[in-house]
Amino acid sequence: MTNSELITLKRPIDQVGVEERVARFQTRSIKNEAKNQGMKMVLSMIDLTTLEGKDTVGKVRQMCYKAAHLHDALPGLPTVAAVCVYPTHVATAVDALKGTGIKVASVATAFPSGNSSRAIKLADTKIAVDAGADEVDMVISRGEFLSGNYSFVFDEIAAIKEACGKARLKVILETGELSTLDNVRHASDIAMLAGADFIKTSTGKISPAATMPVTLVMLEAIRDFYYETGKMVGMKPAGGISKSKLALHNLVMVKETLGDAWLSNEWFRFGASSLANDVLMQLARQADGRYQGLDYFSKD
Amino acid sequence: MAKKTETKLDFGSKWDYSAAPESADHASIKEEYGLFIDGKFVKAEGGKKFASVSPSSEKHIAYFAEASDKDVDKAVKAARKAYNEVWSIMPPKERAKYIYRIARLIQERAREFAVLESIDGGKPIRESRDVDVPIAANHFFYYAGWADKLEYAFPGKTAKPVGVAGQIIPWNFPLLMAAWKIAPALACGNTVVLKPAETTPLTAMKLAELIHDSGLPAGVVNIVTGAGATGAAIVNHPDVDKVAFTGSTGVGKIIQKAIAGTNKTATLELGGKAANIIFDDAPIDQAVEGIINGIFFNQGHVCCAGSRLFVQENVKDIVIKKLKDRLSTLIVGDPMDKNTDVGAINSKEQLNTINKYLKIGVEEGAEIYQPNCTLPKKGNWCKPTLFLEASQSHRIVQEEIFGPVLTIQTFRTIDEVIDKANNTPFGLSAGVWTDKGSKIFNLTSKLRAGVIWANTYNKFDPTSPFGGYKESGYGREGGLHGLLPYVKLS
Repeated sequence: MTNSELITLKRPIDQVGVEERVARFQTRSIKNEAKNQGMKMVLSMIDLTTLEGKDTVGKVRQMCYKAAHLHDALPGLPTVAAVCVYPTHVATAVDALKGTGIKVASVATAFPSGNSSRAIKLADTKIAVDAGADEVDMVISRGEFLSGNYSFVFDEIAAIKEACGKARLKVILETGELSTLDNVRHASDIAMLAGADFIKTSTGKISPAATMPVTLVMLEAIRDFYYETGKMVGMKPAGGISKSKLALHNLVMVKETLGDAWLSNEWFRFGASSLANDVLMQLARQADGRYQGLDYFSKD
Repeated sequence: MAKKTETKLDFGSKWDYSAAPESADHASIKEEYGLFIDGKFVKAEGGKKFASVSPSSEKHIAYFAEASDKDVDKAVKAARKAYNEVWSIMPPKERAKYIYRIARLIQERAREFAVLESIDGGKPIRESRDVDVPIAANHFFYYAGWADKLEYAFPGKTAKPVGVAGQIIPWNFPLLMAAWKIAPALACGNTVVLKPAETTPLTAMKLAELIHDSGLPAGVVNIVTGAGATGAAIVNHPDVDKVAFTGSTGVGKIIQKAIAGTNKTATLELGGKAANIIFDDAPIDQAVEGIINGIFFNQGHVCCAGSRLFVQENVKDIVIKKLKDRLSTLIVGDPMDKNTDVGAINSKEQLNTINKYLKIGVEEGAEIYQPNCTLPKKGNWCKPTLFLEASQSHRIVQEEIFGPVLTIQTFRTIDEVIDKANNTPFGLSAGVWTDKGSKIFNLTSKLRAGVIWANTYNKFDPTSPFGGYKESGYGREGGLHGLLPYVKLS
């Protein structure tokens, strides 16, 4: 699409109204069976993530074991949805997760800044896909977006989508750098039109990351896209969700904005490194009525 | 768009919220409540009483004394005595301390008040907890602050109290309306005889207990329970100086006639049929949420409810689609459940009125839409309702329904919508939804309504005046303006 076509997509978002709606979701009281069911759903939607400069084969292998064995002391738990690593660690993860059904996601396109040439971004994507990544998490060029070069952003997403082949594409908007909810909405629309399978809030390297208002605006963008095209797009808030209560409120928001179809790890994910253990602690408490110490839950 | 597919979201039961009932164990209810006159709880003359019933469970709550003319006379005499001997001559900063203490006590007992308000009135605990009770406390805090600053409120003038105020309040916000009425009256040095509505007297009598505990001098606030006859006795009492009434336009007219030719002054806050106007350049998702809150807040038992939706015709389809989806996610049922969005209709009588209008709407040819939700078997319930294809000549558009019923009309231009919005005998409130600031200012200056919200709805604050144009009444409550009806300026 041309730049002038993309400019016409802009829709106003009222921040005060969004914050009020979010506050209302946070008054939902999730207890007993609903809490158990919700927390298991949260676990099954996690993209267990390590995206550090100091990542090693050993670190990735250990995390992959955790992904498939969240807390063996508690029977009946799901596995996480995916692990998320840098392209150079995809092969390790694919090998470690063989037979588990857990997907391997890889960040790509000069993550996290996205400041590189199209050629390098495409090559980066190809490395991940060739190594066996099921999902690719790309970053948009925020500088181009903020300078009004919307067609650049659109074309880049479309090109990466093509390079992904069968792999599902998650498009990271890095909402903490877009600054306004109007921009978040506009970037979401551009990403979906360009072929995103998922839209994702953040890299986890910039604060604020996945705030509830930002996630709500993106869910509403997904809803409008679905109304208009009939196509479902997934949502992944990432960064800053480390407590089970916040995760449950995110699920409440999904349930009441998009309905039952999105309450599945095919269409909703949490990008998180430490959320799982907080959820496990809550589930263990639901099971035996008391909180266990943090050291009863493995840190991987 | 190449092909328009019919897409539908499924708000089903994949993940239902478990019951989350607020406990009522900590709230005590007496078997029988007397009248609060001259600082004491007394029986009505002849021992007449009536029962209050929970609109959600239909369970008996308690008996309340039914005040006769004689009881009202006693209350007015007590108020006059307290006015002459104590309250009007007390240094203002001392008055402020008492009012401030009432505010603090309401905060301390907030949970109990919230629970009782939901049991007696049927409103969701989320609303009584987050709206009614905190704002009631805030009104007392706010007017406590004015008590010793009246010379700054009315520079160059001397403000003297009016005397004994007779105050009659409705059933939709029982505690909050009591606070709206009592706080400014006390701040200005008046004494009060207040009558709560006969279907919701519980929190008013709890407030009487609280006022008793606060040490407020006897007779400054008197609370008498009863129905229309008790209210008439207050309005017609010769020693009442000022009448403050919130309720229906019909009763407002009766009061107006009753005080004609007397020295009594009055403030009337009456019915409404507010226009909520949504333009094509509005933030649509937030506007839809505002429409929902505007009409379904407190089951639509709100005089300023946004009951007439005007949607610009070019965004009609998407707005209605989103409204219908949002309706599917509203939880209707037990007011005591923390997740309930829409509670019980306040009384059988009001439910009959609403059902009458639902029938009229269908007969008039408007298209009725209600979500698929199961209602409890016992109690008074009404599904959240939309009337599509409504027109200005429909009775459901012209008359106040006072329930969870929204009529939807379309418009093409700004001038047309201003005309239609103002084409009603009411004029209490309105809402405007647009991203364009100049459009907001254009409309706020042309809409004939006392309160106009822009890109929001149903916002209440003690510092902000509230009141109507035309048949929605006169006089303002809240803010500096809310002091005016309770002072004589010289």
